[in-house]
Amino acid sequence: MDVVWFVVLSALIFAIGAAGVMTRRSPLVILLCTELMLNACTLALLAFARMHGSGDGQIFALIVMVVAACEVVIGLGLIVAIYRKRMALDVDKLSELRG
Amino acid sequence: MSPADYGWLVLGFPLLGTLVLAFGWRRLPGRSAGWIGSASILASFISALGALQQLQDRPEEERHIASSLFDYADTFGVSVDLAILVDPLSVLMMLVVSGVSFLIHLYSVAYMAGDRGYVRFFAYLNYFVFSMLLLVLAGNFVLLIVGWAFVGAASYLLISFWYRRETATRAGIKAFVMNVIGDVGLVIGAFLLFDGTGALDYGGVFENAHLMSNGQVTAACLCLLVGAFAKSAQIPLHTWLPDAMEGPTPVSALIHAATMVTAGVYLIARTHPLFELAPTAADVAAILGTLTLVVAASIALVVTDLKRVIAYSTMSQIGYMVLGVSAFAYGAGMFHLMTHAFFKALLFMGAGSVIAGMGGVQSLDRMGGFRRAMPFTFVTFTIGALALAGFPLTAGFFSKDEIIAFTLNRGGLYTVLGVIAYVAAFVTAFYAFRMVFRVFFGEPVDEARELERGHLAHHDPANPMTGEPEDTDVGFPGPEHHIAEREWPMKAAMAPLALLSIIGGIVGIPGVSETLEHFLEPAFEGSDYLDTAPSDSDKTLGLVIGGVISLAGIALAWFLYLVRSATTLRLRDYQLRRVHDFLAHKWYFDELYDAAFVRPMAAAGRYGRTVVESVFVQDVIIGGATSVVRAGSSFARGLQTGYLRSYAALLVTGVAGLALYFLITSS
Repeated sequence: MDVVWFVVLSALIFAIGAAGVMTRRSPLVILLCTELMLNACTLALLAFARMHGSGDGQIFALIVMVVAACEVVIGLGLIVAIYRKRMALDVDKLSELRG
Repeated sequence: MSPADYGWLVLGFPLLGTLVLAFGWRRLPGRSAGWIGSASILASFISALGALQQLQDRPEEERHIASSLFDYADTFGVSVDLAILVDPLSVLMMLVVSGVSFLIHLYSVAYMAGDRGYVRFFAYLNYFVFSMLLLVLAGNFVLLIVGWAFVGAASYLLISFWYRRETATRAGIKAFVMNVIGDVGLVIGAFLLFDGTGALDYGGVFENAHLMSNGQVTAACLCLLVGAFAKSAQIPLHTWLPDAMEGPTPVSALIHAATMVTAGVYLIARTHPLFELAPTAADVAAILGTLTLVVAASIALVVTDLKRVIAYSTMSQIGYMVLGVSAFAYGAGMFHLMTHAFFKALLFMGAGSVIAGMGGVQSLDRMGGFRRAMPFTFVTFTIGALALAGFPLTAGFFSKDEIIAFTLNRGGLYTVLGVIAYVAAFVTAFYAFRMVFRVFFGEPVDEARELERGHLAHHDPANPMTGEPEDTDVGFPGPEHHIAEREWPMKAAMAPLALLSIIGGIVGIPGVSETLEHFLEPAFEGSDYLDTAPSDSDKTLGLVIGGVISLAGIALAWFLYLVRSATTLRLRDYQLRRVHDFLAHKWYFDELYDAAFVRPMAAAGRYGRTVVESVFVQDVIIGGATSVVRAGSSFARGLQTGYLRSYAALLVTGVAGLALYFLITSS
């Protein structure tokens, strides 16, 4: 199969994830969408790794997964902390850092 | 030891005294500081005597000894040594300064006792004597300027000695500002001389002075005169001296009568070769000196503050000296400088004693009848007044009339000046005895009666000028008053001066003894006017006229203040009211300067503050810079919306834009 299809699929998933991050307001969904973007990148890495017949891309994909797991831990932790404070789970309302 | 070694000792002792007092002020109990200060000046005086004796041992042509300690400044074309010059002129000044200073120190030991600033006072006083001796001993213009500025600083410190008294600090500032004007004139004069002659030491300047054009020399001399006139309180830079009477009385005696204010006379005498090259400048000095001696004498007629009367008489007497040295009668000018130092210091000491007897009151209107209560003060003060009035055979009689005789002998313009000087001599005799009669004669006032019964009057401490209440802590006068009758150091200081005021004239009796003139001759040997002295018969005639004028003045004072005092009051309040008001306002000099300089300066300052500073500097320059920064930062702040999603959008847009850019450029 041509590598183009994989890349196109990866780009589609990435675009869906980016659009989700930009349009959705729930932090949980935004976290899911970033996950989508990360996985799209992983897919592209794997596709190119196979194309070049090299293991580097696959190892890198594994590292991305580890980082994604860490990120989810922190992200979910933040969301739980916000929920505990009984604040609205809406990123538009969490704008205290405005300049 | 050479005379120069003694010269260094003369300088060294007061400096040592200053340092000891300045660093030991916490540890000096009672009157010890006063004794230390007096001892250092006495040592200085003895060294000056040593210098005199060494100098007289030398042949006349070798009586110029310059001695250098080290290079003060040595750069391109300028070489200045830390050098002193010992010659008859500087030795005479050394003797007068250190001698009179010692007696005034001695007086202050008792007079200032009880003041909380006792040690500080003597440290300042020693510092002043050091500065003044540096001024008279300096061997070049640079060191002269250093000494010149030092005495100005010492004068400021001592006028403002009671620093919590507002009138005193104000007077100190006034004196300092006017003296700085003079310093600037002196410095510019030295620059001009250096420019013209390429030298800064006296010998080099005088040798090469003929290389300068007449205009250059005149300009330099006029600049030197600005310095001399500011220091010597001559018109138009005289208004600080009466205000300087805010300082303690010994300060008035030492700095503002006997020594510092004569520095201008010394400067003219010292730079006489220049003035002889620039007769125009000398004429200007003589005219202004004469003007001062008349104006000051006329103001002294109406002033009611005892110390200020003597201050105006100081201005007037210095006018005589300036007239003398400007008329190239150097010997006569220096002679009067010496005798004046004696009798003026004595008058101030007497005044201090009287003021103490009055419990701090200085107004003549409240004094009277102290003759029996203070016999010693009465006798010495009267001797001082006699010498000031030029009473026959006193010191002032010979010196003043010698100046006038020389002036008349010059002829031309100087004849007029001489006649004016005679008129002022009459006024001088009159106001000198106005003081004596109003203070010591007439009905005794309460304070005098109390003193006769053995009690020293005591008023609540107050500012004698404004009547403001004060306390007696540091920064104000101390709680005690000391009169000469009860303190032997004060007597010991006044008695020699009284003696010198009577017999001080013996060094310059025409035709009999002209010791002083012969002594000074080596210092003025280059002068063209040394042989133009009036004949002895002219001098004797002058003495007779002067004596008559003096007696007439005293007689008029006696008539107006003792015989017909009611008439005098009526004259003052009705017939001569306008004249009195004019004189009481001191010829409106203060008002004139206020309108001509102080107000425009204050207006310029206000304009600078409200327009230049607040509008231009603050609003345009500083405000402009800050508003640029502020606009930039508010733009940057606008980007920070706080919305997570907009950050994400920006990020995506940025990355997309970059990707697009690379895609386009790579194809």
